[in-house]
Amino acid sequence: MEAFVDIDGVTLKYRGASGDIVALQDATLKVQRGEFAAVVGPSGCGKSTLMRLVTGLHKPTAGTIAIDGKQVTGPVKMAGMAFQNANMLPWRKVIDNVLLPLEIVEPHRSQFRSKKAEFRAKAEQLLATVGLAGFGDRYPWELSGGMQQRVSLCRSLIHEPALLMLDEPFAALDAFTREELWCVLRDLWQRLGFTVILVTHDLREAAFLADNIYVMSARPGHIVQIKPVPFARPRDLQVTYEKEFGDIVMELRMKIAQVRQS
Amino acid sequence: MNPRTLEKLSPWLFTIAIFLAWELACIVFKVNTSVLQPPSAAFAAMFKLWRVFLYHSWVTLWVTMVGFALAVGFGIILGLVVGWSRAIYRGLYPVMIGFNTIPKVAIVPLLILWFGIGEVPAIVTAFLISFFPIVVNIATGLATTEPELEDVLRALGAGKLDIMLKVGIPRALPYFFGSLKIAITLAFVGTVVSETLGANAGLGYLIALEGASFRMANVYAALLLLAFEGVLMYAVFAGIEQHFTKWAFRSQMSAAG
Repeated sequence: MEAFVDIDGVTLKYRGASGDIVALQDATLKVQRGEFAAVVGPSGCGKSTLMRLVTGLHKPTAGTIAIDGKQVTGPVKMAGMAFQNANMLPWRKVIDNVLLPLEIVEPHRSQFRSKKAEFRAKAEQLLATVGLAGFGDRYPWELSGGMQQRVSLCRSLIHEPALLMLDEPFAALDAFTREELWCVLRDLWQRLGFTVILVTHDLREAAFLADNIYVMSARPGHIVQIKPVPFARPRDLQVTYEKEFGDIVMELRMKIAQVRQS
Repeated sequence: MNPRTLEKLSPWLFTIAIFLAWELACIVFKVNTSVLQPPSAAFAAMFKLWRVFLYHSWVTLWVTMVGFALAVGFGIILGLVVGWSRAIYRGLYPVMIGFNTIPKVAIVPLLILWFGIGEVPAIVTAFLISFFPIVVNIATGLATTEPELEDVLRALGAGKLDIMLKVGIPRALPYFFGSLKIAITLAFVGTVVSETLGANAGLGYLIALEGASFRMANVYAALLLLAFEGVLMYAVFAGIEQHFTKWAFRSQMSAAG
């Protein structure tokens, strides 16, 4: 079966202050359609670079990236993105923040005026599924950090992307809010069936959410291990307290400690 | 008195207190009126020659506003251009800083030579002195767009113009409105400098003329009117800023809390 996201032998070099930096070296990663993939690794291993490559914001120095069989040559226009910072536009109401991608992406862009009411209803509905029903007319600053991150998730999904790219989206949240949002993301993914690539430092997060965990080496980054997560779906937060779960986290922890040293 | 009303009244109280202290100092220390006029003398002069002062105040006001309007228009265009491209930014910045460093008083004689004595050199001086902060602020607002937000939009296929319209320009608005408050006071400086050196009307002209004839009460009256016009226009643009960029003030408040 052909992979949905096919990163094949990708190398990325860029010019740094002190000579060339090799961010990725011969990285290969194949994510199936509908898969929830988590990428973990020591800091500075080029995880975020991988995100920019997949979404077409960067061109690889060598190797190829294909999504759904089509080679990525420029911005992919079909991916949703969310980051550690919710990046709300403070002058827009919550609902208008969520609608932002529809003002950019075709075919919604040209229909935006005529279908505004329909789009708004859709955005309201999406907000309701992340527990923010009735918050559309608030401004982002009236919301807590966790709520803003929910809005950010809605914004990344409003145009129904086939691929969702997440770069440490919950890293700035407190532990309880973070676990709450794991469940929000889990439910969204299970309901909508998009493909996810989640870049994270949090091994528990990766083990709870992902089908497969891809461990990256220290710079120059490449994939050193693929760890399938066997737990049945739908997963409950309870699973994070099971011994098997602890074993997986432990194993990943050891692996990362090992690649950090080499 | 509760703290809120006190806060509202405090600008008036302070202004009145300063005038009273000034008046008292003149009486108590028996200051020679050729050195310092008491405010009462300035207000009396204003009252006596109100037509004259009204006329010259009006000239200074409209000249300043025309120069300022030009500065806003030109400043917006140049700010957008400079904020659009790093190459243009880097190319123009040294030139602009160099130009801004030249004291405008040094250019006024040239302007008078080119345009003759009158309102035009004053308009041009007001314009030249006040466009710089507008350009710098707009360019800063555009340049500080969060790179991640740009990534989100670019990955969706947004072009540079989209990013500018959806993010850059709304983001730059508080910077722009903030710069207007600085620019309007500078514009008054430009107008008065030019009027002092070569004009037939305006508060600057009046100050030079009356000063040369040692009618000091009239000089002080003109200075007070000038200060009043500055405060008035500052208040107008502070109000406009508040109205158009409420979100910026409120989001700062929540970020602090």
